[in-house]
Amino acid sequence: MNSRAQILSRIKQNQPGYRPLPDDIQQYAPAGQQEAQAVNKAAIEQFKTVLIAIGGAVADVYSYEEISAFIATHFKDHKRIISTFSQLSGSIERDWQENDPHSFENLDLAIIEAHFGVGENAALWITESLMQQRVVPFICQQLAVVVRARRIYPTMHEAYKEIGATDYGFGAFIAGPSKTADIEQSLVLGAHGPKNMTVFLLHD
Amino acid sequence: MNTKNKDHAALSDDFNRDEARVNWHDETLWFVRAKRDKAAHQIPEWEQLRSAASQIKDNVLSNLHDYLQEFEKNAAKNGITVHWASDSKEHNQIVHQILSRHKIDRIVKSKSMLTEECHLNEYLQQQGIDVVDTDLGERIVQLAEEPPSHIVLPCIHKKKEEIGELFHEHLGTPEGMADPVFLTAAARVHLREKFVTRKAAITGVNFAVVETGEFVVCTNEGNADMGAHLADVHIACMGIEKLVPLRRHLAIFLRLLARSATGQPITTYSSHFRRPRPGQAMHIVLVDNGRTTQLGREDFRNSLKCIRCGACMNTCPVYRRSGGHSYHTAIAGPIGSILAPNLDMDKYSDLPFASTLCGSCSNVCPVKINIHEQLYKWRQVIVREGHSDGKKTAAMKAMSLTLSNPALYKLAGKAGRLVMRYAPFAVSNGLNPWYKHREMPKAPTQSFSEWYKLNKENE
Repeated sequence: MNSRAQILSRIKQNQPGYRPLPDDIQQYAPAGQQEAQAVNKAAIEQFKTVLIAIGGAVADVYSYEEISAFIATHFKDHKRIISTFSQLSGSIERDWQENDPHSFENLDLAIIEAHFGVGENAALWITESLMQQRVVPFICQQLAVVVRARRIYPTMHEAYKEIGATDYGFGAFIAGPSKTADIEQSLVLGAHGPKNMTVFLLHD
Repeated sequence: MNTKNKDHAALSDDFNRDEARVNWHDETLWFVRAKRDKAAHQIPEWEQLRSAASQIKDNVLSNLHDYLQEFEKNAAKNGITVHWASDSKEHNQIVHQILSRHKIDRIVKSKSMLTEECHLNEYLQQQGIDVVDTDLGERIVQLAEEPPSHIVLPCIHKKKEEIGELFHEHLGTPEGMADPVFLTAAARVHLREKFVTRKAAITGVNFAVVETGEFVVCTNEGNADMGAHLADVHIACMGIEKLVPLRRHLAIFLRLLARSATGQPITTYSSHFRRPRPGQAMHIVLVDNGRTTQLGREDFRNSLKCIRCGACMNTCPVYRRSGGHSYHTAIAGPIGSILAPNLDMDKYSDLPFASTLCGSCSNVCPVKINIHEQLYKWRQVIVREGHSDGKKTAAMKAMSLTLSNPALYKLAGKAGRLVMRYAPFAVSNGLNPWYKHREMPKAPTQSFSEWYKLNKENE
C-alpha cells in the first residue's frame, strides 16, 4: 500500500463521526440603495483610517488625469514606472506584460488596479488579470493601487461574497506596504516588497 | 546550543540565568498579547468568529478522508502536482526528488513550521542543497545556527545587538550597528539577490481550500511571493489538517489569524495560489507525520485545529519566562506541548508539565482548542504509560503511601520536624528542588494532633 492509501485508511479509521458546518456569518445585507450607500461610506472611512495606521497612504481622486498629476508631482524621481492603465499619461513604460518576471527587479513604481477593498483591514483584492505579472506588486519599490470608492466593502465576509466562484490563477489581498517587526518588535516598512503603498480612491 | 538530554525545567534554568533578559522577553511578548486583545475587542462578533472557526475545523476533521481526496482532485485539475508523505522522512525525500529532477541545488524557503517539524533544512543540506530562509526572523536564526524560538516571531529571543553582530559577520554590516531599520535594509539587499537567482521556492500553507484546490499563504514581508513568483518550481508543504471546505470560510480564518497573532487586522499579503503561472511547476506535499494518530486520540484531536497564530505562546506565563528553546521541539509553548507528545511521548514527556494550567491559552485560542485541559490529560497519559520523571513518580508514590497510613504519617512528620530543627542544612540545600526558590519554613515543635491531644487532656 502506498503512502496515500495508508494515510487515507488511517484517517478513515480514526476520524470522528460527521460534524456539520456552522451557519454562514452574514454581516451587512443593506435593504435599499440608501442603506447600501451608508454602509459604503462608513467602510471608506474605516478603510482610510486602517490604511494609514498600517503605513499606507490614501488619495481621493475623481479622474485619471488627477492620478497622472499626482504621480508627476509625488513620484517624479522614480525612473522605472510601469502601469496596467492606458489612461495614465507621463513617462510610463508600456509593453512589459510579456517580460520575464526577473526583469522587474529594478522597478521603482507599479500602478495597478484592485477589484475592491475591505474597510476593516484596508486589504485590496487583486488577481493575476489585474497584475499582468504576478511578481509586480511584490517586487516594486513603491506600489500604487487604484480602486473604485464604491467598491469598498465593510468586512472579509462581503469580500468573499464578491469573489464568489470567480476563476483566477493567482489572487492576493494586499494591505499596506511590506513590513517586518522581527528585530525586537520594531516595525520597519519595506521588508522584501514595496516600502510604501499609495491607494487612489477613485470616486465616480 | 545544547538542548540534548535536558528537559524543560533544566533548559528554563539556562534561560533564567540572565534575569534582565527574561524580564525583557516576558514584556515583549506581553506587548504582543496586549495588541491581540485590542484588535479582538474591536470586533463585536469576535466570539462568533471563534465558534464558527472551531466548528468548521470540527467538520474538516470529521470528513478529512473525503475532503483530502476532493482537494487533491481539484488541485490536480488546476495543474498542481499533489504528493503524499506518511512521515517527515518521506516528506524530505519527496522535496529532494523534485529538486533533483529539476537539477536545482540552491533554493529559497519562506516560513513553514511543517518543514521545521520535518527538519527539512538539515536533510537538504546533507544532500548538498543550499537552503536560504527568507523570512527575516528565520534568516537571523539560520545565520545563528539556531532553531526558531517562536512560530510567528522566530528570533524574539534575540537582542538587536546580537543580530547586529551576526549581520556584521555574515552580511558585512558595520561593526556595532544595531539599528533595526538599517539591519532590515541590509537583509533586504542580501535576500533580494537570493530571490532573483534561485530557481525553486518552498513555502508553507496557511489554508488549503477543498472546493477550489487553491492554497493561501500569509506573510507580512512578501517573502513567500517574492520566492514563488520568481521561481520555476514552487513546492508548498502542508499538514493534512490545513484544509477548509469552502473558499468563503477564508473570511473567518483571515479575520482571526493576524489579529490573534500580532494584533494586525490582516497580514500584508494573503496570497491565493490556484494555478502555476505559465511555464512554472507547482507541487503540494501533503504530510501526515503523526497527524492521523492524533486524529484517533479523542482527547487530543482538537489540537489539529491549530492555525499556528502563536497567541497561546504570547499569553503563556511559562513560555514568556522560559523561552521557546526550552521546549526543545519545533513548535514551542502550550500548543507545542500538546502536539509533541503525540510524536514521541518519551522524548517530550516533560512538556505537558511545563504549564501552570492557568487556562489563558485556551481563552485566546482563535479556534477554541481546549489547550490547558489537554495538557492536564497528557500528564495523566504520560504517568499511566510510565514516561514520567522517575523521581517525581517515586515521590508521589511515597507521599500517597504516607498520607494513607496514619502511623507512617505520624512517624514521617516527627522525622521531618527533627531534621528541620536539628539539621536544617539537610533540606536547605541545592539538592532539594523545593528549596531552590523558597525559604524552608521553621519547623513547629509538635504536630497538630500532638497539640490537640495535649490541649484536650488539659481541658
